[in-house]
Amino acid sequence: MQSVKSIVRPDKVDDVKEALAKIGVSGMTVTEVRGHGKQKGHTAVYRGKEYQVTLLPKMQIETVVPDDIVEAAVQAIITAARTGEIGDGRVFVAPVTRSYKIRTGEREGM
Amino acid sequence: MNQADTAWMLISTALVLLMTPALAFFYGGLVRSKNALNTMMMSFVSLGVVGMVWAVIGYSLAFAPGNDWIGDASRLFLKGVGLEGVGPAGDQIPHYLYMCYQGTFAIITAALISGAIVERMRFSAYAIFITLWSIVVYSPIAHWVWGGGWLSKMGALDFAGGTVVHVNAGVAALVAAWVLGPRRDYRSTGLLPHNIPFALLGAGVLWFGWFGFNAGSAVAANGIAALAFTATMLAPTATLVVWMLLDIARTGKPTAVGTATAIVVGLVAITPAAGFVGPMSALLLGGLAAFPSYFGLLWRASTSFDDSLDVVAAHGLGGTVGALLTGVFAQKALNGVADGALFGNPGQVLIQGTAVLAAIVYSGVLSFVLLKLVGLVVPLRADRDDESVGMDVSQHGEEAYVHAEGSAAQV
Repeated sequence: MQSVKSIVRPDKVDDVKEALAKIGVSGMTVTEVRGHGKQKGHTAVYRGKEYQVTLLPKMQIETVVPDDIVEAAVQAIITAARTGEIGDGRVFVAPVTRSYKIRTGEREGM
Repeated sequence: MNQADTAWMLISTALVLLMTPALAFFYGGLVRSKNALNTMMMSFVSLGVVGMVWAVIGYSLAFAPGNDWIGDASRLFLKGVGLEGVGPAGDQIPHYLYMCYQGTFAIITAALISGAIVERMRFSAYAIFITLWSIVVYSPIAHWVWGGGWLSKMGALDFAGGTVVHVNAGVAALVAAWVLGPRRDYRSTGLLPHNIPFALLGAGVLWFGWFGFNAGSAVAANGIAALAFTATMLAPTATLVVWMLLDIARTGKPTAVGTATAIVVGLVAITPAAGFVGPMSALLLGGLAAFPSYFGLLWRASTSFDDSLDVVAAHGLGGTVGALLTGVFAQKALNGVADGALFGNPGQVLIQGTAVLAAIVYSGVLSFVLLKLVGLVVPLRADRDDESVGMDVSQHGEEAYVHAEGSAAQV
């Protein structure tokens, strides 16, 4: 079981959701976040002062998938979220030791 | 000079001016947060550009004597507009005030169009378009109906601008949405309203301002103003109730966005009729007006036609229905002007229909030509990236909701 966390452009969330659904990923948690990698921000002027906005709005999509579809999930996210421009985001994969379903108390994993 | 009339028209003018910021809230709440400022600015910029050209050119083309089709150049730069009294009953209110009152109508009419093309139209192209539109489309049509032009001579009834304002803006919106095409993510993404309380606030303040729009159109502090005021109060009440019942019948729940929309539709529909119909007719008219707009909006949303905030359904359809029903419910006993079909004068409906048709054809053709002309100078659409990052950042360099402390550093 692996956690796949991706940070993508806000307007790519729907594409990613759809791509993940296609390979059988049924659940996910989506959070509005701000951050930056290599992407430069934009300049804003408020009340005569110029600001460099360096933390840009992104969406973070977290899902936990069985080991055998991790690669497929990562590839699905990359394909769906890519524009080829700086600022497309990142995917992080990390192991998850176990998880519980709250409604039933059912345990998954080791 | 009549001091009561002057006092009421001073207030009415301020009320109608407030409708444009109210429209900004109504539209602004219905778009995504990344486009909130841009959408609101589309209304606010009209306060600037259209207000300015109204004084310089527009007022003369609409209200100077001229011929049946357009006013002449005698009032350009407000030449000859001063403290002298004017008004339908003669020496009533200062000419300056009459010009300002009419200017507030030109401003909001142009701003109404923006609802059809939000979240994608380049701001500069939009600003140029509405400036030209107010001169080329709005002023002549205002002249036809209120400036002594051919529609008023034919006996068309349009108390406060059902045809001049709403049908006109609705048709321009239809053409603009068609020429620009849908948003790039239309039908692929949930394009959800980001702040429905804003939409309700906007609709509420629009209703408040509309008392100046309709009751002020009497251009007097008299019984006709009170008649129009009553109709403006009552018609939207019926639209609101019918709309809510339709919502409940269809989905089981009365919606807030529906309620805000219903208020606007009711106000639009009663606008041409306000000073000509009795209170029970106003209720009926408001209730009836809910149906075409409600189902028009539902149908539109099922198509690929991206009239983003349903200007055509609310203003085009609502305005047309209101204009036609004015020809049904008008009562000479109340206003001394004309009877409608219900009071023995079925021919009035035909006259109303002619006025609506004239506005549709003229506004449709000229709005199309203007958009194409502006498109030659400035691209009408924002770039793909600009649309995707949001129109607030790409067009204005600002965000409506700056959160995340430390996300910006002073340069």
